[in-house]
Amino acid sequence: MNEIMSTDINHHLTDEILMGYSAGTLPEAFNLMVATHVSLCDACRAQLAACDAVGGVLLDEHDIPNTQMQPDSFAATMAMIEQSAPITKTPAAKKPCVLPTPLQDYIGGDLSEVKWRPIGMGVKQAILPTSKQASARLLMIPAGAAMPDHGHHGLEMTMVLQGAFQDDDGYFARGDVDIADSDLEHTPMADIHEDCICLAVSDAPLRFKGILPRIMQSFIRI
Amino acid sequence: MSARSHNVLPRERSVNFQTAATRLVAVGSKRVADENKRNLWISHVRRIRDDADKAAFADLYAHFAPRVKGFLINSGADGSMAEECAQEVMATLWHKAHLFDPSRASVTTWIFTIARNRKIDILRKQRRPEPEDLTWGPEEEPDQTDVLALQQETEILSKALTTLPAAQRELIEQAYFGDLSHSEIAKKTGLPLGTIKSRIRLALERLRKTMR
Repeated sequence: MNEIMSTDINHHLTDEILMGYSAGTLPEAFNLMVATHVSLCDACRAQLAACDAVGGVLLDEHDIPNTQMQPDSFAATMAMIEQSAPITKTPAAKKPCVLPTPLQDYIGGDLSEVKWRPIGMGVKQAILPTSKQASARLLMIPAGAAMPDHGHHGLEMTMVLQGAFQDDDGYFARGDVDIADSDLEHTPMADIHEDCICLAVSDAPLRFKGILPRIMQSFIRI
Repeated sequence: MSARSHNVLPRERSVNFQTAATRLVAVGSKRVADENKRNLWISHVRRIRDDADKAAFADLYAHFAPRVKGFLINSGADGSMAEECAQEVMATLWHKAHLFDPSRASVTTWIFTIARNRKIDILRKQRRPEPEDLTWGPEEEPDQTDVLALQQETEILSKALTTLPAAQRELIEQAYFGDLSHSEIAKKTGLPLGTIKSRIRLALERLRKTMR
């Protein structure tokens, strides 16, 4: 296995999120979170497979009285098959990496390729290019430091890739996902042993409580 | 790819399954018929992989292409786009037949994921991050015991879905086939978001309990 596989992930994705991925209705940033977490988490991989199976059963039992293929449809498909090339398996990642493959596809490599930008208090971030409905970014919180106090307008998920952090919901290490919705105010604090690197996705901007972070927020897009 | 010595289902047997399926439908044993139908689909995919068998493909096509098309129309595609995408999905099935692993997914589930992916590419026009694939050992035939276990689970799941209360079943269908997020479902049904989410969770919990 290519990954430093975590066998002790304690904080998982919700069934709704996994089902949304399976149904193909999530914004791109959330799909990135699911793909990244499932790369590390066998439990959620299995749960996702169960969600796909639900989709399969629904597809099979789908009522189709009004849906018919065009008369020349099969011939057209055979022609399409003859013209196109066979599909080969996508290669799995080769060596142990901090960033799982789906994330590396957005970065263009592992951690060394991330273009960090400082956002104050030693915290750095890199915004990943996704569709606009939700945002995705990597965050680097120095060992022992705190993220600015913040609440949420929408749904935010934060997954640890390296190091660990602690907040009101518990202790989060590699593979763990912290899920926060609009009600929660929290102050994640990085573990002192190592800088903490996280993938954070959100369907609304965070709102910080202090005036200074709020001003910062207006131009750093956190 | 060289001919395989230990196919899951050799061709002669799949024909038997088909006749058996027909007979059992006649006596009203849907469960066994479904099981045989699943075996038939698996052997069809094998025949596409090993022999580029057009008859097997035509059989799969007749069953699945209209369903995929209907799924895409429900997701917001117009008729001609859905037609074209359904053809592409079926062509992908042909080309990926060698990647299909019946110990990990039923044929139906596999086709659903191909259709779902095509939907995201075409309708949502966004990149589609996928989990790393597990390394399962190169080109090995899956264990027949695993294949059977997966089919049994699919069977139980299918039964569980049919016994769900109508309201829950409807919600799950909308989540999968309506291209609606939970908040959009809330708007459409007039149910508050919290109710929707807890209903879906309840439905999934029920499903999982039935599967235990």
